[in-house]
Amino acid sequence: MRKIFKIAFRNLLRYRRRTVLTSSLITFGVVAVLLFVAVSGSFKNLMIGQITDSMIGHLQIHKKGYVSSIDNLPLDLSINKEGIKKIETVLKQVPEVEAFSPRIKFGGIYSNFTETTNIRLNAVYPDNEFKTVPQLLSRLSDNSKKTLDPGEIYIPELLANSMNVKPGDMAVIIATNKDGSVNGKQFIVAGILGSVTGPGGRDGYIHYDDGVDVLRMEQAETHEIAVRLKNFEELLNIDAVLRNKLGLPSTGDKAAKGDKDSKGSKESLEVHTWEALSPFVNIANMIDIMSIFIKVMLIAIVMISIMNVMMMAVYERIREIGTIGAIGTLPGKILSMFMVEGLCLGVAGSIFGSIIGLIVIFIVNTLEIQFNFGREVFIINASISAGDLIGISVIVIIISLIASFQPAFKASRMEPIKALRHV
Amino acid sequence: MALIEAKKISKIYETGEVKVEALKNISFDIEPASFISFVGPSGSGKTTLLNIIGCLDKPSSGSMFVNGTDVAALDRVRSSMFRGENIGFIFQDFNLIPVLTVYENIEYPLLMVQNVGEEERRKRISALLKDVGMADQGNKFPDQISGGQKQRVAVARALAVQPKLILADEPTANLDHASAYMVLDIMKKMKKEFHTTFIFSTHDPKIVGEAEIIYTLEDGELKKRTAVKKSKKAKGGKHA
Repeated sequence: MRKIFKIAFRNLLRYRRRTVLTSSLITFGVVAVLLFVAVSGSFKNLMIGQITDSMIGHLQIHKKGYVSSIDNLPLDLSINKEGIKKIETVLKQVPEVEAFSPRIKFGGIYSNFTETTNIRLNAVYPDNEFKTVPQLLSRLSDNSKKTLDPGEIYIPELLANSMNVKPGDMAVIIATNKDGSVNGKQFIVAGILGSVTGPGGRDGYIHYDDGVDVLRMEQAETHEIAVRLKNFEELLNIDAVLRNKLGLPSTGDKAAKGDKDSKGSKESLEVHTWEALSPFVNIANMIDIMSIFIKVMLIAIVMISIMNVMMMAVYERIREIGTIGAIGTLPGKILSMFMVEGLCLGVAGSIFGSIIGLIVIFIVNTLEIQFNFGREVFIINASISAGDLIGISVIVIIISLIASFQPAFKASRMEPIKALRHV
Repeated sequence: MALIEAKKISKIYETGEVKVEALKNISFDIEPASFISFVGPSGSGKTTLLNIIGCLDKPSSGSMFVNGTDVAALDRVRSSMFRGENIGFIFQDFNLIPVLTVYENIEYPLLMVQNVGEEERRKRISALLKDVGMADQGNKFPDQISGGQKQRVAVARALAVQPKLILADEPTANLDHASAYMVLDIMKKMKKEFHTTFIFSTHDPKIVGEAEIIYTLEDGELKKRTAVKKSKKAKGGKHA
């Protein structure tokens, strides 16, 4: 086998220019794919991180039917005090749950005494909320207060800009409760929240007790419980665990599974991962599909370039094939000689491509390239996993072998007598 | 027992409706350790006959036994294996593998065809390089040596697998006389040393006399079998 590799290697060096061009093409393809996967992956992870860490959390628990009418923020689809207690008990039993935050969600009218506008609000326990969505604090403007006490409000940046509101200003929130009565309460603006893409990205925040007060709740109710996990990779597992413990059907399973701890809440709740709550999941899926297309393009580049170069190699060496065939080289060995040549091209392309790709990714990260996405600015922080790196290299190598097979097979099937006559 | 037994060999090439009879009902026997020459003008069927003896082509009719095997009945893989074990080839254009050195070219059939062990390979190649006068040229590539040297390497390559038969199609056609006789002398020396049968085709009358037996072909027919006297051979041998 060593001899076959030696012959293949020397034959590649024999047509140096062609070998360099083909390897460069494969290298370029690998670099392009690595860069795309790294940048798109980092964009996707950044967005998912922003969505989950500053708004949604990793999972959410609602009263059944709430999510389908979430745009209307229905006040009557709330979890009562007993339900909240039971859910809290379940969440505390699951060690993978890092934090959770009950929220009262409602729509109201914001007034600065001269102008009014609509506002969507979350009434939260600040400590719980900051632990569940830790990036919420980083969305606050520099002059904002980093704690949210009763009587204070964080308002979204868009509203603050349009109504010229700044921290320390007075405001009134007016809201209608589920019984239809209207109530209002005065607040001090404690902070301005930067907007982020996705649902809840332009909501305001008040203290939980103020939410109870504004909506004149006789006892605490909750519309949403956001959950943060210790390990995001465990999302689907914990989703299943929570569903099981809450006596809810697993994803795709209509049959509810009973649980002693979840009596009373059976089938009355819903658990959703962030994917079911954020439309960004469609963009994430599109990024994945684009990655597949880019990989298909790489496959085409490798396939066409190696097949072309190997066909040329076979055509140019017909007499040599005739000679080695005449002196007794078995067809299988002739096949392997040409396949190894294609393999060497693929291996060289994937090695150089991986090295150059990693260097380019390092340079991109060093340059801290900014990417404007509407009102938001992302700094590209590209990264590629070892799995992706190995996976792309393996794809290139396998395609190299497949592309070499046809020319190699043709060479192995040549009749030595005809090949020797070739001029 | 004869090394080669050709019985009523015919070969017809068909191109569309045109049929060309390259060999017509040829029969002959060749004994082991012979030095044979097939002569005749271009198109007389010399190469076709050598190709059939060498299992590179099959006769249209008749049978060809080489070392007791009906080579016409062998399939593609078996004929490859048979060639690798029993037959060496020397080509008019030398046909060395350009990416391999002189040493590696001789090593090629030992390693890739017969899978001979490293120690044995080294021993055989060193001896052959010495025999063909190329002991100090082993590391050179084919494009770094002369035509005569290339053919000497080709002879060494053919002999490396210790075949019973070596077929040489116009082995001296691309060589000057000095080189041609040098190659023929080496072939004769190797024949004596290894008891290998050499069959070569040529239309060069000056080297024809080097053979022990000359078969003359004309228009695909075997016209004459001439056994060359020893004294004439000696004379021819001194020509170089």
